Amino acid sequence: MKSGFPERAHVALRDMQLRRNLALATTTIRGKRAAVTGERGDWEELRVAGAAIKRRVLRHLEDYLLQFESSVQRAGGSVHWARDAQEANEIVVQLVRRTGASEVVKVKSLTTDEIGLNDALTAAGIRPIETDLAELICQLADERPSHILVPAIHKNRVEIRDLFRREFGLPDLTEEPTELAGAARAYLREKFLSTAVAVSGANFAVAESGSICVVESEGNGRFCTTLPETLITIVGIEKLVPTLNDLEVFLQLLPRSSTGERMNPYTSLWTGVAPGDGPQEFHVVLLDNGRTNVLADEVGRQTLACIRCSACLNVCPVYERTGGHAYGSVYPGPIGAILTPQLVGTAEAGSLPFASSLCGACAEVCPVKIDIPQVLVHLRGRAIRERTAAGAGERMMMSAAGWALAGERRFRWARRVGRLVQRPFVRENKIERLPGGLSGWTMTRDLPAMPRRSFREWWNGR
Amino acid sequence: MTARDVILARVAEGLRDVPTGELADDIDVPRDYFRTVEGDAVERFIERISAYKTTVKRVAPADLAQRSAEQLRSRGLGRIAIPPDLPDEWLPSGVKLLSSALDVQALDAVDGALTGCALAIAETGTIVLDGGARQGRRALSLVPDYHLCIVDEQQIVGTVPEAIDLIAASVRRMLRPVTFISGPSATSDIELARVEGVHGPRTLDVLVVSPA
Repeated sequence: MKSGFPERAHVALRDMQLRRNLALATTTIRGKRAAVTGERGDWEELRVAGAAIKRRVLRHLEDYLLQFESSVQRAGGSVHWARDAQEANEIVVQLVRRTGASEVVKVKSLTTDEIGLNDALTAAGIRPIETDLAELICQLADERPSHILVPAIHKNRVEIRDLFRREFGLPDLTEEPTELAGAARAYLREKFLSTAVAVSGANFAVAESGSICVVESEGNGRFCTTLPETLITIVGIEKLVPTLNDLEVFLQLLPRSSTGERMNPYTSLWTGVAPGDGPQEFHVVLLDNGRTNVLADEVGRQTLACIRCSACLNVCPVYERTGGHAYGSVYPGPIGAILTPQLVGTAEAGSLPFASSLCGACAEVCPVKIDIPQVLVHLRGRAIRERTAAGAGERMMMSAAGWALAGERRFRWARRVGRLVQRPFVRENKIERLPGGLSGWTMTRDLPAMPRRSFREWWNGR
Repeated sequence: MTARDVILARVAEGLRDVPTGELADDIDVPRDYFRTVEGDAVERFIERISAYKTTVKRVAPADLAQRSAEQLRSRGLGRIAIPPDLPDEWLPSGVKLLSSALDVQALDAVDGALTGCALAIAETGTIVLDGGARQGRRALSLVPDYHLCIVDEQQIVGTVPEAIDLIAASVRRMLRPVTFISGPSATSDIELARVEGVHGPRTLDVLVVSPA
């Protein structure tokens, strides 16, 4: 059986450096976020509006997709449709090949991570260059991102310094973040000035105008969407908003909720091709890749409202301890625990909906009011139904328990048998380790031993 | 069937629970958030953009050229790129101004850029560029390592919704690209601490022009 969340989490939990890095980072960001959302007297009203806009888009997605397509075309861009990851990758590879470029610069994009675009480009002989600092760190370290917003959250400044010293050949680099950022600036500047093709994702795609909105901090997004001759933007079909005016809601919700800033340093909003300013060839790839499955599930549908702020990761007691890699998915944390199983199926990622204590902190901070615990429970139900349909063991145990609990005499008999059977495992009235298929139960907790005498027996013998 | 047809069919299939007669506008979007803000917008803008480690100074219209020259000199910057349509009374003396359409290599070699803006947002300390008058194209305020932006206090609006109202109208009319700038380039990628200065200008100075 392929490893699930519990197995990967156990590995992560033993990494003390990782746990220190995560605790520091999530504590910092929680404080910042609380301050900038708390100063808004209308934060709840913004959330209500954000949730309603997304609900409107999702319930009428077909109309908005068609409107967006024609708006992009009117503004001088081309629109491509991709049913799945492979089709999206083929489209991008073909578009890059047509330009003759052998390198592309990339803005951080979860969607391209989701479809494995970098591997597809590399296989086609095209070198993808990640330009977001944290994505660059992950790319150089040959590691996967572990957080939506800060993909290298699992690394501290000393680890990053060591990586840059090695990769950039800068033996005297210090761990001062300004100096680390400066090293990345020098390395990437030359790439920005010389690369002819860029690939980006999108935070928002405006149906009314065909505009794309990219929210960022470093300026790599501005470089990628401004300097190259050709720009290819991958957009999940759920990223649409109806009108330009709807951005007034999301440009307030997103920065405050994600980095805990009143506004992120840079937001780019472009519409097709602007003569004399920026890329003169512009392509949008509209991606499904499982999103229509999510849409078809009336409970799960709200998952598509996510604006990828990552607030739910930072407040999640499970994420804070295991980090993102344990989720085994591009989308970690509470949102990943509901999005990934819906995108790839519960057969593939069925352990993720259980990676939660259902404490509800994620729903409380979600800027678009996704009821994550509701979807978690819904998906647990689905995973259990699939699992019991597939495996006989659990079903047999459950029906045996059902039989035993159905009658008083049977229950008394089962109790007697249980007391006999448990003997070899009991230490000081606890069972710390059960054998074989039952070992999962005692992996993280002790089972109290059945007492020598039950309450009823004591009562009757009084 | 093309990919487009397949995806649209999947969407329609997935939304069978939505009543056929329902229109997008039938979904109520309550917009009870603040559209305006009380208090002095100029003061607030200065306070908020300063929080991003931006130097902001208020100047009188008549002193603009002199004060911008001082600002550039204090930073030790001598070669400054400008958009072709800056008014004469904005032009600082004593620095070399380059106003012809520079290619990116040339922009990479200048010391900084001097531009105006489309508008500014007090609540968030944001400057908005839309490629209109006195702004030039996007590369101008991006490639050089220093950006001096001149904001007329008349251009400062209170809130994000007020700004988006104006920007949406400009996008609809001219389809021009828009950039929101809130402080110098920064990153939070190392231990989630904000560090100024990655790929965009590492220094942003702002002069707010106020009638004396």
